[in-house]
Amino acid sequence: MSAAPARPLVADLRVADRVDAAFTAEPGEVLAVIGPNGAGKSSLLHAVAGLVDVEGSARLGDTDLLTLPVRERRIGLVFQGQLLFPHLSAVDNVAFGLRSRGEGRARAEAVARDWLERFGIADLADRKPRELSGGQAQRVAIARALATEPDVLLLDEPFTGLDVSVQMALRIELGRHLRDFPGIALLVTHDAIDALTLADKVLVLDEGRVAQVGPPAEVAAEPRTPHVARLVGLNLVPDGDDLMAFTPDAVVVSLQEPEGSTRLRWHGPIATLAPHGDAVRLLVHASPDLLADLTPAAATELELVPGREVWLSAKATAVSRYAARR
Amino acid sequence: MVPAVLATLLLLVPLVAMVAAADWQALPGHLTSPAAIDALRLSLVTSTVAIVFCLLLGLPLAWLLARVDFRGRGAVRALVTVPLVLPPVVAGVALRSAFGRSGVIGGPLLEWTGFAFPFTTYGVVLAHVFVSMPFVVIAIEGALRSADPRYDEAAATLGATRWTTFRRVTVPLALPGVVAGTVLGWARSLGEFGATITFNGNYPGTTQTMPTLIYVTRQSDQAAAISLSLLMLLVSVGILVALRDHWLGTP
Repeated sequence: MSAAPARPLVADLRVADRVDAAFTAEPGEVLAVIGPNGAGKSSLLHAVAGLVDVEGSARLGDTDLLTLPVRERRIGLVFQGQLLFPHLSAVDNVAFGLRSRGEGRARAEAVARDWLERFGIADLADRKPRELSGGQAQRVAIARALATEPDVLLLDEPFTGLDVSVQMALRIELGRHLRDFPGIALLVTHDAIDALTLADKVLVLDEGRVAQVGPPAEVAAEPRTPHVARLVGLNLVPDGDDLMAFTPDAVVVSLQEPEGSTRLRWHGPIATLAPHGDAVRLLVHASPDLLADLTPAAATELELVPGREVWLSAKATAVSRYAARR
Repeated sequence: MVPAVLATLLLLVPLVAMVAAADWQALPGHLTSPAAIDALRLSLVTSTVAIVFCLLLGLPLAWLLARVDFRGRGAVRALVTVPLVLPPVVAGVALRSAFGRSGVIGGPLLEWTGFAFPFTTYGVVLAHVFVSMPFVVIAIEGALRSADPRYDEAAATLGATRWTTFRRVTVPLALPGVVAGTVLGWARSLGEFGATITFNGNYPGTTQTMPTLIYVTRQSDQAAAISLSLLMLLVSVGILVALRDHWLGTP
């Protein structure tokens, strides 16, 4: 099989009641798709793969993927929950795509073993999926998708359901494979870490629409949706045509209304109160909900408990202000 | 409690009585008589050939019923179950009407090729296929329905054609159901009597299967009929044992 030629993916996808999103991705690029549950992230991937009814186009160079049957799209889809074929061994799972595309048994198996080797699980080649741990099965699933050298690799929440330590190891490993991957990778995730560590570009999906696209650092610094703000741990307050973002530790908590003319103050009851690193993090039901970090000593002194009404204020110098829409 | 005991006894007593009535001394002789060996061989061959046809035709039909939403699917599914409840002798009459020497298909067939199904071993196979098909289709359709169709999608994203997916993913995943359907269909075919004798008569060597042989033997030699019946009982129990993981054991 030939290596994927360098062609950008230019997509404009409409899935009824779920997605209406246009985006582009360059070869070698990892595009992370983030958004709250039900935002249409999986539908977006499945639309590119051809597993849901979709209108629009997904051009890869001169070819519109949407006009091709699923099996001719040269995509690799890593499903949520892996969906390894339970009756086939790990190596046969990885070899499945090569065999389906006409490769001989011996050659397909050799390539598959090579892929398992790259994921450090060559010794598990003959095991059935039920004999693999979650992390091992996910490695097999990723190897299976990559083995056919797809033009577009689609990863649907690849770390969901795994132990946190396994997630971290696999994340680092996947990052390495994605760097070597010449095609386009679309990574659906609900975890900010995935977007920040693995992606070249982040697409924020909100109610099926593109809310924001940009480099991970930019999206993290100037989030445009409450969901992303929450993911990266920022407070986000709309202010006319602008948005204001500030960190929880830039928030001052007091029991009395702060003096001065600043507009940057809010009022509401404490919803939750929990340790966060060295600090205590409050979630306050102001409008909107806001996070505030303060020292345990300060929290004790103010006698903060859930339900207590507090005033929050932010220093103007700690607030980053930007346009809500670009 | 009492009805339950009665029901159990009703099922058990005839079988025990038959075993008790067996003439064990004469049994080897009964089972090795030329007529018995011919009938047994014919039964095994026709049942096996019939089940192969049932699989070749029934698997695609089961897949269609389980996976493809087409107009008239409900009607086809109902049609498939008809032979289950149809009296076998009626099946024989119906087959006669279709494939008999003057039947809708049998007539033209005889005219063009000189071949006719009735009173031949082919006719026996045809009758067996007719009565066994529902078992195969229903069991396999059930297995296909319970198999997760997302595996088929996974296969498609890996470049597999529908046929490759069917062969390498769908059928292997439904294999327990396929095996169960095959064995049940084979057993039904092995015991088939009414449709076979109505459609094909009872000619030793060509259309006389074990059940028809038992029927005619019983009129002249009760002991021999019991010996042959014991053999069929053994086969039936053997099938139950083979399938116990599927239906028995786990209530």
